[in-house]
Amino acid sequence: MVPTQYYLVLSAILFGLGVAAFVFRRNVITIFMSIELMLNAVNLSFVAFSQSMPATNAHKLDGQLFVLFVIVVAAAEAAVGLGIIILTARNRQSLNVERVDLLKL
Amino acid sequence: MSAPLIIFFVLAALAVIGAVSLILQKHPIHSALSLIVVMVALAGLYLLMGAEFVAAVQIIVYGGAIMVLFVLVIMLLNAGEEERTDFSKLAKFGGLPLALALTGLLAAAMVRHGSSIPNLETPGALAPTGQLSTLLFTTFVYPFELTSFLILVAIMGALVLAQREKS
Amino acid sequence: MPNQPILEHLWIIPLLPLLGGAINGLFGTKWPNKIVNTVALSATGLSFLAAVEAVREFITYVAPTGQIFRKEFFDWIFTGASAGNFRIGFDLQMDQLTVVMVLVVTGVGFLIHIYATGYMAHEGGYYRFFSYLNLFMFFMLILVLAANYVLLFVGWEGVGLASYLLIGFYFLKKSASDAGKKAFIVNRIGDFGFMLGMFLLFRTFHTLDFSQLFHQVATQDWPHEGWGVFGTFTVAGLLLFTGACGKSAQLPLYVWLPDAMEGPTPVSALIHAATMVTAGVYVVARSHILFQHSETALVVVAIVGCATAFFAATIGLVQTDIKKVLAYSTVSQLGYMFLACGVGAFSAGIFHLMTHAFFKALLFLAAGSVIHAMGGEQDMLRMGGLRKSIKYTFATMFIATLAIAGIPPLAGFFSKDSILLSAYSIPGGHPLYFVGLLTALLTALYMFRLVFLTFWGKPRYDEHHVHVHESPWSMLGPLVVLAVLSVVGGWLAAPALWGGKDYFTEFLAPVFGSGEAAGAAAAIDEAAAHSLEIALAIVAVLTAALGIAVAYWLYLRQPKKPAELAKSLQPVYRTLYNKYWVDELYAATVVRPLVWISDHVLWKIVDVEAIDGTVNGIAHGATAIGDRVRHTQSGNTRSYAAWVVVGALVVIVIVFWPTLRPMIGMVTK
Repeated sequence: MVPTQYYLVLSAILFGLGVAAFVFRRNVITIFMSIELMLNAVNLSFVAFSQSMPATNAHKLDGQLFVLFVIVVAAAEAAVGLGIIILTARNRQSLNVERVDLLKL
Repeated sequence: MSAPLIIFFVLAALAVIGAVSLILQKHPIHSALSLIVVMVALAGLYLLMGAEFVAAVQIIVYGGAIMVLFVLVIMLLNAGEEERTDFSKLAKFGGLPLALALTGLLAAAMVRHGSSIPNLETPGALAPTGQLSTLLFTTFVYPFELTSFLILVAIMGALVLAQREKS
Repeated sequence: MPNQPILEHLWIIPLLPLLGGAINGLFGTKWPNKIVNTVALSATGLSFLAAVEAVREFITYVAPTGQIFRKEFFDWIFTGASAGNFRIGFDLQMDQLTVVMVLVVTGVGFLIHIYATGYMAHEGGYYRFFSYLNLFMFFMLILVLAANYVLLFVGWEGVGLASYLLIGFYFLKKSASDAGKKAFIVNRIGDFGFMLGMFLLFRTFHTLDFSQLFHQVATQDWPHEGWGVFGTFTVAGLLLFTGACGKSAQLPLYVWLPDAMEGPTPVSALIHAATMVTAGVYVVARSHILFQHSETALVVVAIVGCATAFFAATIGLVQTDIKKVLAYSTVSQLGYMFLACGVGAFSAGIFHLMTHAFFKALLFLAAGSVIHAMGGEQDMLRMGGLRKSIKYTFATMFIATLAIAGIPPLAGFFSKDSILLSAYSIPGGHPLYFVGLLTALLTALYMFRLVFLTFWGKPRYDEHHVHVHESPWSMLGPLVVLAVLSVVGGWLAAPALWGGKDYFTEFLAPVFGSGEAAGAAAAIDEAAAHSLEIALAIVAVLTAALGIAVAYWLYLRQPKKPAELAKSLQPVYRTLYNKYWVDELYAATVVRPLVWISDHVLWKIVDVEAIDGTVNGIAHGATAIGDRVRHTQSGNTRSYAAWVVVGALVVIVIVFWPTLRPMIGMVTK
C-alpha cells in the first residue's frame, strides 16, 4: 500500500521539474511541453487526493472528474497554442522564444 | 516492501527520469518522446491508485492525441536543435535557484504535512466507471457542456489561425 | 414700530453708496462724466437724506425711551451649542453717538462728492474714482452703524482698502502706488493689535456684541484696574488703541498719512481728514466703558494723543507743500481728540471730531481749489498774493484757518477749549494741559503761516506761465457750505460758556453717561468751575492770538526772518524739515531687515530650495524610478517566465506562511 504522501511528493517534484524546463529551454515547443508536464503533475495530485478519501465520501470521485476536465482543456489549449506557434514561427523564421521580443520598451 | 510500493517507485523513477530528460535533451523531438514516457508512467500510477478510467483517458487523449499533435508540429516546422541564446540575465542566473526553491518549498510542505492525509484502506479498489459517468452527467453537467463549448471555440480558433492570408 | 420706516431698514444707508459704487464700477467705463456724476451723487445724496430721516425717527421715537435702536438683519457667523452659541450678525444700531457720526459721514461725504465732480472733471479714470469713493462711503457707514466689533472691523478693513485704492489712484506714478502700499501695510500693523484686542474681549466676555458686552461690564462686578495694573481691560484697551493708532495716524503709526497726500485732494479731504482717520477715535469712544475700567489705558491714550499733537505740529511748522502741512495738522488734531478721550472727556473728543471734520475738510478742499487755480502747483514757496485773484477760495480758507486756530466764535474754539479744560481739571493733567496749549500756539502759527505764504505778499510765481483762475461753482459751493458749518458748528456747546447748557454733551450723555464724571466739574463746585472755564478760555484765545501775531511778523513784516532763523537754528530746522527722520528710521530698522529676510531666507531658501526642491525632487524621483523599472519590460519572454516563477514563489510563501514558518526553523538549525 502506497501512502498518499508519496504521490504528493512526486507530484511536487514533477511540477518543479516542469517549472525548470519552462525557465531553461529556449525552443517554444519545448516550453509548451513543459506546461503539459506541469498539468500532468497537478492531475496526479488530484487523483491522489481522490483515492485518499473514504469510499463513503460523496465527493470521492470529484478529483477524477476534475482530471478529465483538465485533460480536455489541455487538449483545446494545445490545439490553439500550436496553431499560434506555427504562425509565429513562420513570421519570425525561428523557434527561439528569445527572438520574439517585439514587446520591449 | 510490498509489491505496490515497488511498482510505485519504479513508475515514479520513470516519470522523474522522463521529466529530467525533457529538460536536458537538445532536440525537441527527444523532449517530446520523454514527455510521452512521463505520461505513460503517470497512467500506470493512476491504475495503481485504482482510477482506471482516468488512466485510459490519459493514454488515449494525452498520449494518443496531444503528443501526436506535438510531434506533428515539430515535424512540420522542421525544428532543429536549439540555438543557444542568453538574452535574459534573470533566467540565466536565477532560473535554477528559483526552480529549486519552488520544488523545495512544495516538496517540503508535502513531506511535513502530507502524512496527515489519509491513505486508501483497501488498495487496488477500482473506481466504478458507471458511477463516474453518472456524476459527470448529473452534478457536473454544466462544466461538461462548458468544456464542450470550449472545444468548439478551440476548433474555430484553430481554423481561423490556419487560414492562409487572402492574397 | 410703525412709524420708523427708515430705522427698520437701516441697511439702506450703507447700501445706497454700495450700489452706486457697483454700478459705476461695473458699467461706468464708457459713460460720460454726467452719468457717472448722477449715479454717484444720487447714491450719496439719498444716503444722506436717509440718514437725516433715520436720525429724525430716532430722536422722535427711540431717544425718549432711553434705549438705543438695534436691529439684527441676518446671521453671519454662528456656532452651535457646543461652541457657546456664539453669534455675529449683520446688526446695525443707532444711538446718539451714531447720530453724530452718521450725519458727519454722509453730510461731509456728500459735499465732497459734489466738489469732486468739479475737481476731477478732467482726470482719467473718472468713473473709477467715484466708484471707489462710493465704496469707501459704504464701508465707513458699516463701520459707524455696526452693532458688534466684528462688523465694525469689516468696515474698518474696508475703509483701509478704499484708502489704498484711492491713495494709489494715480497708480502709474510710483510715489502714489508706494504711498498706497505704505498706508495699507502700516494700517495692517494696527489692525493686528485690534484683532488681538477682539480676541481678548471675546475670551473674557464670550460675546462681541456692543450691547451685550457693555451690559456685562456694567452689571457684573469687574474690578477697576489702577495705574500699572495690566488686567483684561488694560490689555484689551491698549490693543484696541493700537488699531486706533494705525487707523488714526498717531505715534508711532502715523507715517502713512503724510504720504497719503499723493491721492487726489478730495480723497485727502474725505478720508484723511473728516472720516476714515476718525474711526480710531470713534472706536475708543464706543468702547469708553472698557477704557474707564483701566487707568493705565486712559493714561496711555492721553499721553500718546498729547505727544502726537505736539510732535506733528512741530513738523508742520516747516513743511512747504500745502497738503503736507494740512496732513500734519490732521495728525495733530487727531492727537487732541485722543487726549480728550484719555482724560475721560469722550463727548469733547467727539465734538472736536465733528468740528474738525468741517474745518479740515474745508481746508483741504480750499487747498485743492488753490492747487487747481495754480494749475497743479503745491509748493507754497511758489505761491503768494492769491487773495486778490481767487476771492471765494481765499475767504472760505481764511474762515477755516480761524476755526482751526481756535478763535471764537468759530467752531474750533469751543471744541478745543473743552478739551483743554478737561485736561486741566483732572488730577495730574496740568502737564497735558500745557503741552496742549503749546500745541494750540503752534497750530495757530503754522496755519497762519500757510495762509500768509499762499495768499499774501507778492506773487512768487511767473504770472505769464500760471493763469490763476477761480474754481467753478461745483467746487466753490461745498466750500461755502462747509465755511458756514465751521462758523456755526460749535454753537451747540456755546451756551455753556455763560452758564447755559452744553447741548452737545447733553445729547451724548445717554451714551457716555456718568463716565464723564472724570471730566470738568466733579471736584470743584459750580462757581469756581465756571470762572475756571472763562479763565482758560481767555488763555486759549490769547495763545492763538500770539501764534497769529508771530506768523504775521515772520511772514508778512519780515519775510526774510524765517530763512535767517532756519540758518541760525540749523540742526533744529533740519530735524523738523526731515520729519525727525522717522521714515528713514523705519526703513532701516523694519523695512530693510524684512526685505532682506524675504529675499534671502524666504525666497532663496524656503521657496527655491525647499518647496521647489521638494516638488521637483518628487518629479525627478519618479523619473529616476521609472528609468530603473522600465528595464523589466525587456520583451524577452524567458525573462517574463522567470518573473512569473518569482511571483508564484511570493504568493506561495505568503499564502502558506503558517505552514512554512516552522520549517524555516528546522532548516536553519
